[in-house]
Amino acid sequence: MKAKTVIEMKKISIEFPGVKALSEVDFQLESGTIHAVIGANGAGKSTLMKILSGAYPHYTGDIFINGELVSITDAKKSKELGIDIVYQEVDTALIPYLSVAENIMLDQLIFDKKSIINWRKIRQRAKEVLNRIGIELNTEKKVQDISLADKQMVLIARAIIHERKFLILDEPTAPLSQAETEKLFSIVRDLVKNHHLGIVFISHRLPELFEICEKITIMKDGRIVKESLIEEITQNQVIEQMLGKTFDLVHHKQLKEKGEIALQVNHLVDDSGLVNDVSFYVKKHEIIGLAGLVGAGKTELCKAIFGMSNIKSGAIELYGKTIKNLTPYHAVKNHFGLIPEERRKEGVFVEEPIFKNLSMANLQPFTRLGSFIKQTKEREAARSMIQKIGAKTPNELQKVANLSGGNQQKIAIGKWLMTDAEILLFDEPTKGVDVGAKSDIFNLIDEQAKEGKSVIYATSELSEILLITDRIYVMYDGKIVKELVTSETTEDEVMFYATGGEAYARA
Amino acid sequence: MQERKNNQALIFIKDWAIVLAVILLIIIFTVTIPNFMQTNNVLNILRSISIVTIIAVGLTVSLSVNGFDLSIGSTATLANSVVVSMFVWFNMPTGVSILVAILAVLCVALFNAFLIVKVKIPDLFATLATMFIVEGVAMTYTGGGSISVGMPRLDGTPTEGEISDFFLLLSKTPWIILIMLVIVILVHLFLTYTKHGRFLYAVGGNEEAAKLSGIPVNRYKMLAYIFSAVLAGIGGLLLASQIGSAQINAGAGYLMPAVAAAFIGQSFAGHGKPNAIGTLFGAALVGVLENGLVMLSVPYYSLNIIKGLVLAFALASTYYSRKK
Repeated sequence: MKAKTVIEMKKISIEFPGVKALSEVDFQLESGTIHAVIGANGAGKSTLMKILSGAYPHYTGDIFINGELVSITDAKKSKELGIDIVYQEVDTALIPYLSVAENIMLDQLIFDKKSIINWRKIRQRAKEVLNRIGIELNTEKKVQDISLADKQMVLIARAIIHERKFLILDEPTAPLSQAETEKLFSIVRDLVKNHHLGIVFISHRLPELFEICEKITIMKDGRIVKESLIEEITQNQVIEQMLGKTFDLVHHKQLKEKGEIALQVNHLVDDSGLVNDVSFYVKKHEIIGLAGLVGAGKTELCKAIFGMSNIKSGAIELYGKTIKNLTPYHAVKNHFGLIPEERRKEGVFVEEPIFKNLSMANLQPFTRLGSFIKQTKEREAARSMIQKIGAKTPNELQKVANLSGGNQQKIAIGKWLMTDAEILLFDEPTKGVDVGAKSDIFNLIDEQAKEGKSVIYATSELSEILLITDRIYVMYDGKIVKELVTSETTEDEVMFYATGGEAYARA
Repeated sequence: MQERKNNQALIFIKDWAIVLAVILLIIIFTVTIPNFMQTNNVLNILRSISIVTIIAVGLTVSLSVNGFDLSIGSTATLANSVVVSMFVWFNMPTGVSILVAILAVLCVALFNAFLIVKVKIPDLFATLATMFIVEGVAMTYTGGGSISVGMPRLDGTPTEGEISDFFLLLSKTPWIILIMLVIVILVHLFLTYTKHGRFLYAVGGNEEAAKLSGIPVNRYKMLAYIFSAVLAGIGGLLLASQIGSAQINAGAGYLMPAVAAAFIGQSFAGHGKPNAIGTLFGAALVGVLENGLVMLSVPYYSLNIIKGLVLAFALASTYYSRKK
């Protein structure tokens, strides 16, 4: 039994221009445990972890390791103290052109004083550490060629090789499929049991936290509002603490009559191979779900409809008229709108203010002769849209980069509400969005359907799809394998088809 | 509180660094050089930066879509060669000569757009290739030599063409300065206040998001390269008017000063992106510096040291502290 290491953070506060991100937070972390940190976006959980990892040296308060006062001034110091962090954006910490082995052994390559490197030894040690945590991965492969899940493993392996005592995992499961998540969990459990690491696990997915964590810390508005052993608290209590109010995510089903068929997709095949003979329809006022696991082809289907990829065969009909979305430009002209999965990369302009983001897909109403923009009118429209979508921001001039993930997503949605889009495609709209914003987004989507739009909602979060949709198409391996009516199905049934089940005997 | 005040002051200095630097230089030179602020010298400075500024404003537009146009120098050369050959070799009137030169540079723009948008070569490399091609085309066209009034054609036949007085007038003060100012103002209005300017910056800021917002990204990229080629062409025309002849690689020397001006101008007024007025101030900074130093009898061969240092400082004001 190794000695227990304890990190104590006492009265930690930190300020950023205009915001007090953390105020007098006391946080304690022990080796050999898995500790969940949860909170709405902007609650301060990432900030707290970034202080531990040395990204924000200007904190006030004291940090003790085993009772000894330490000062975490930069990332190097943090690593020396035995703390490592795996950020959500794994690519920022990896060098794509180097092999798996070289990436795992990166610090040795950099800090070793010798100029001549024993490559065999590097590969050997990389292999050893991968074996130790039970991962099968070709160490010769370039990191740019491996999957996201494997990249995470490379980072974890890198932390192991340094015998770090603490590992912070920031939303590690967000991009992972079910199987990959389970594999990650078994590795994390092994790390804690056999290597006696202390793990901080940040996630928005409550069931996961309850599956793997022992302790939970709930943050709200820069403070810790609750600490508990996981078995002494329920999921609903956690949500309550996070939001500071009782929270009900039940979707209020509309019984409203659906309208005529708005969008009909017939035998669509794209050139990625992940949309293979797909047919479905959406009615006016209707929300349909595209359910499926990661890699089932949901994103590809959305992109094919929106003109982002080449369609090999098949047809798309809008209100009975065949249309061709050759590019997104044509799709927008044809009254389509897409809220893409990679919000920051594809959905918003982070360096631009909110009002410019909102009008981006439909500037025409705000222009006068010579294409000059009527900014007063544009900003006015932006202000009322901010109200409508419930984005939390002081004003419409804020850069989108300064908003939380949930509010950024509301902007990405609001952009289409400023247009006359008839068909709205949502691709994983709640990814990285906290529970509060999630319910706002659900309400927004609901409203759109009420107003007569047709909504396609693609996600691998099956519980969400059951809440919000009217009908569900389950995708598996590029095909729609089943159509289900939401009110008559269960999560189990959807999952059964999503994992490739052939027939489902209903009880 | 004090800290916040300091912070604001720092941001103010950063945002207006270029303007402050120009003013500071003017004050220093006015004190040390008696003739510096005389009307003649001021006009002289403005005239000397006109061509660079016009070419740099074109580059600014290509930078706004997060592109880069290295071919502007060669394009200016091409316009220079074509327009003078039209006058001297073919005896064409002013309007036709200018039109043909502009058509020639439009071909360059379309070729750039083709390489970048269709073949998908990164902007810098594509325009590097174009730079060599256009340089070679211009030189081949003039037979590897210069063209001036009275010189025989390549096949030895004598020429009688003259460059029109109107064309020569364009590069005289105050016309060349007015042309520059009009171009700067028009491009600034275009980039800052029109839909198309907004979309150009959108493409430059996040191409993927721009595409998914329904902006025809390729069309706007092409537009940007048309701007940079046409403005480089206008620079080349004014150059032809100034020197009254076509010289080998006459425009090449404008590439790097234009790049410097456009980059120096990025931080202007807190824009943080390429913008036309900033580019004007960038060019002015270099122009004032050059003029003052020459008047202070700093040898011409040492000027580049100081120009380079100014560029480094200006870029520092844009990029330093961005990381924090």
